[in-house]
Amino acid sequence: MPAPIRLRELIRTIRTARTQAEEREMIQKECAAIRSSFREEDNTYRCRNVAKLLYMHMLGYPAHFGQLECLKLIASQKFTDKRIGYLGAMLLLDERQDVHLLMTNCIKNDLNHSTQYVQGLALCTLGCMGSSEMCRDLAGEVEKLLKTSNSYLRKKAALCAVHVIRKVPELMEMFLPATKNLLSEKNHGVLHTSVVLLTEMCERSPDMLSHFRKNEKLVPQLVRILKNLIMSGYSPEHDVSGISDPFLQVRILRLLRILGKGDDDSSEAMNDILAQVATNTETSKNVGNAILYETVLTIMDIKSESGLRVLAINILGRFLLNNDKNIRYVALTSLLKTVQTDHNAVQRHRSTIVDCLKDLDVSIKRRAMELSFALVNGNNIRGMMKELLYFLDSCDPDFKADCASGIFLAAEKYAPSKRWHIDTIMRVLTTAGSYVRDDSVPNLIQLITNSVEMHAYTVQRLYKALLDDISQQPLVQVASWCIGEYGDLLVSGQCEEEEPIQVSEDEVLDVLEGLLVSNLSTPVTRGYSLTAIMKLSTRFSSLNRIKKVVSIYGSSIDVELQQRAVEYNALFKKYDHMRSALLERMPIMEKTATNGPAEIVQTNGETDSTILDTKHLPNITQPASQANDLLDLLGGNDVVPVIQTTVPTKPASAGGELLDLLGDLSLTGGPTPTPAPSVPMSQPPFLLDGLTSQPLFNDIAAVIPPMTAYNKNGLKIEFTFERSNPNPNIAVITIHATNSTEAEMTEFVFQAAVPKTFQLQLLSPSSNVVPALNQGSVTQVIRVLNPQKQQLRMRIKLTYTHKGSPVQDLAEVNNFPPQSWQ
Amino acid sequence: MQFMLLFSRQGKLRLQKWYVPLCDKEKKKITRELVQTVLARKPKMCSFLEWRDLKIVYKRYASLYFCCAIEDQDNELITLEIIHRYVELLDKYFGSVCELDIIFNFEKAYFILDEFLLGGEAQETSKKNVLKAIEQADLLQENLDFQICLLPAPT
Repeated sequence: MPAPIRLRELIRTIRTARTQAEEREMIQKECAAIRSSFREEDNTYRCRNVAKLLYMHMLGYPAHFGQLECLKLIASQKFTDKRIGYLGAMLLLDERQDVHLLMTNCIKNDLNHSTQYVQGLALCTLGCMGSSEMCRDLAGEVEKLLKTSNSYLRKKAALCAVHVIRKVPELMEMFLPATKNLLSEKNHGVLHTSVVLLTEMCERSPDMLSHFRKNEKLVPQLVRILKNLIMSGYSPEHDVSGISDPFLQVRILRLLRILGKGDDDSSEAMNDILAQVATNTETSKNVGNAILYETVLTIMDIKSESGLRVLAINILGRFLLNNDKNIRYVALTSLLKTVQTDHNAVQRHRSTIVDCLKDLDVSIKRRAMELSFALVNGNNIRGMMKELLYFLDSCDPDFKADCASGIFLAAEKYAPSKRWHIDTIMRVLTTAGSYVRDDSVPNLIQLITNSVEMHAYTVQRLYKALLDDISQQPLVQVASWCIGEYGDLLVSGQCEEEEPIQVSEDEVLDVLEGLLVSNLSTPVTRGYSLTAIMKLSTRFSSLNRIKKVVSIYGSSIDVELQQRAVEYNALFKKYDHMRSALLERMPIMEKTATNGPAEIVQTNGETDSTILDTKHLPNITQPASQANDLLDLLGGNDVVPVIQTTVPTKPASAGGELLDLLGDLSLTGGPTPTPAPSVPMSQPPFLLDGLTSQPLFNDIAAVIPPMTAYNKNGLKIEFTFERSNPNPNIAVITIHATNSTEAEMTEFVFQAAVPKTFQLQLLSPSSNVVPALNQGSVTQVIRVLNPQKQQLRMRIKLTYTHKGSPVQDLAEVNNFPPQSWQ
Repeated sequence: MQFMLLFSRQGKLRLQKWYVPLCDKEKKKITRELVQTVLARKPKMCSFLEWRDLKIVYKRYASLYFCCAIEDQDNELITLEIIHRYVELLDKYFGSVCELDIIFNFEKAYFILDEFLLGGEAQETSKKNVLKAIEQADLLQENLDFQICLLPAPT
């Protein structure tokens, strides 16, 4: 059989292949030849064949059939064989295959070989790919070599030990004695690898760490070595651009960092040398900056004195001005780590950081953006926001979502004025509207309702934005909501903050109808615009047009739209008298604690579809047959969408009762609520935030004395009080209804109404049967909002069935204790 | 360092050194993805990028990309120096090294790398010492193929 072709020959041949197929053919031919050569156990050319196999493996072709051959090469006595054999083992074998364990014995022998280059090969292979089993078997050999005086072997043994420790951490102890005098070596290779070994040990074990700190006095030794490196003159062997052995310096600084972290004594011992390195290192080339970078990281991590910390931040500041992109990147990353602890120092470099927003490099831009958000505070908010908004305009889409969220957060925390806040949010919505998070829509709406004086301005701006662009859904949703709410302000041209525009009712309706038909609008947006159109029926005079639109969508394919349209239609037809009350201006929405983007918004009035999960149906209106639920809404019961699917029928008389009550007290905003006992209602969690549902006999109630509101015919109604956190304007009253007669009272319904300046919310009762002979009570929670702190008055209506006949009674409650409304 | 890759501008792999245990399939996948990512970078961009949970440091020398994956606590700037030192070693050894040298003598490129780095860390910070060791090992290979050689242990 002719001698197999040489490696270089093969490489040359393969490179002449013009197509992938041609190459594959050559490879296959050669592989076949190599396979048969392997089968013949040809010792002479095994090395050559394996080398060729390794080349083909690098091209991406399978080479597993060469694994055993590598082992044979390793076992050979020829150095050439061993060299290729070990290389092959490192490339083709891995610890998942049991085959690799066959190497262990060879490696063991070679670790004790008389030729140091063979020993070196073994150490290298073990240190690169030794499995835990191999490491366990051979750790002893490595430890022996760690103590040799041969620095060539010693340095390799040190790194091999690092690998052993990583694979089998329990073996760390056994290398401890050998580390004793590692640092007294002169050889830089040994020094470098020893520092790596010590670093690994200190990182892994706190015991080792304190041992090295206290017993071995590692810090002074390292300081001494570092000092020598800096002070000693030019050493050609280790010089890199005028700096002596930067690799070793960086490793020492890193180990010092670990030793100094959290330890006062160690930190103090290294203060001087750190200051020295920080001030004396050449910064013109990358090497110097690499050392400074490591120094800064160390200074920031240990307990350094403030002067040193300022020095470190200034170095980072200088880095930011460096022409080299890599240096700027590294500076931004480090500043991000330190901005929490050394905020003021980093603030000084704010303008440079903001300039980095304009950098072309994506990584730098991202870092600069994160850092900018961390630096925003009450003083610089206006300037910073300008820059950030400009950035939002021009940045890549991947950034926009994060940037928008960050801007919202910052605006919320530090907004100097409501107008500025609204303007900023509008700017975000118009520039990056499709990237904002879902919860920003309800947040913005809540913000807008709170800025009462800005309503006209806001709706005008939003209207103008809509005219420009209807593709960005969050913007469109907020805009249509506002137009629905404040459309009257829009057409009356009342805006104070800027030049009022002349808009007619028809134009507004055109825009809203346009949203309904546009392909760009999502179903949610369509829902918003239909509701807005409906709301305008009480604010505009073009009723016919609105009626027409609503009735058209009664047969829409979209179930959501259809339901809304049908309900609104019913409102026009049967419940026109209620329409104005229902579509009233929204009251100011309260917020629970602002805790970032995921906020929960409470409403005291009508619920809004945006607040709750937008997938569910809105609760603004319901068909007439759900009159009681209707009343709930008016009272402010937050009807959770969960129950929307069932439409229980209620006797029409229920609606009549409402009218009576309304007539009596001439209420507008908060008419009588009625609980709907037959419709199970789950308490929406956010309503009860900061509020217990049954605040009966706790300490807080004791502060305000309970009172008897009604006591007649055996039915007694007691009120107990509690102040609600977080809003002190809300009084929480729990009614307890008890029955002292011998017959129980069934179908018990409690209704309440309050004067105009108050708002009332009635939650569901515990039951609608008041047991006889005071055997139990029905409880129900009422929440009263009393922003003007007026004296609380209440009219209550009770209906129940007693001994088979219906009973109804009205009463006025005036004896509220002063503490309940002051 | 977790691994080092050398590849051409067309994405052809010229050297791969792995310091973490991964199966062949994983290695191929990582290589493919990383090569794509690095080749997509524009020339003026910085040498560092975040990829998965690693930091990637890369530099182009003529037609070859040298790409290292380091861990979070490693110093990116000194890694650039390590890459540069390796290139200098190759340059000294081959005499004005070019991609073809590495293609045709890939096993030597590995030998040199293995004298410079071990387990992902630098074992020798002196250029001279690394080259001397390679030289002597080469001599061992050429002249004394047939016997075990007892060389005095240099320091």
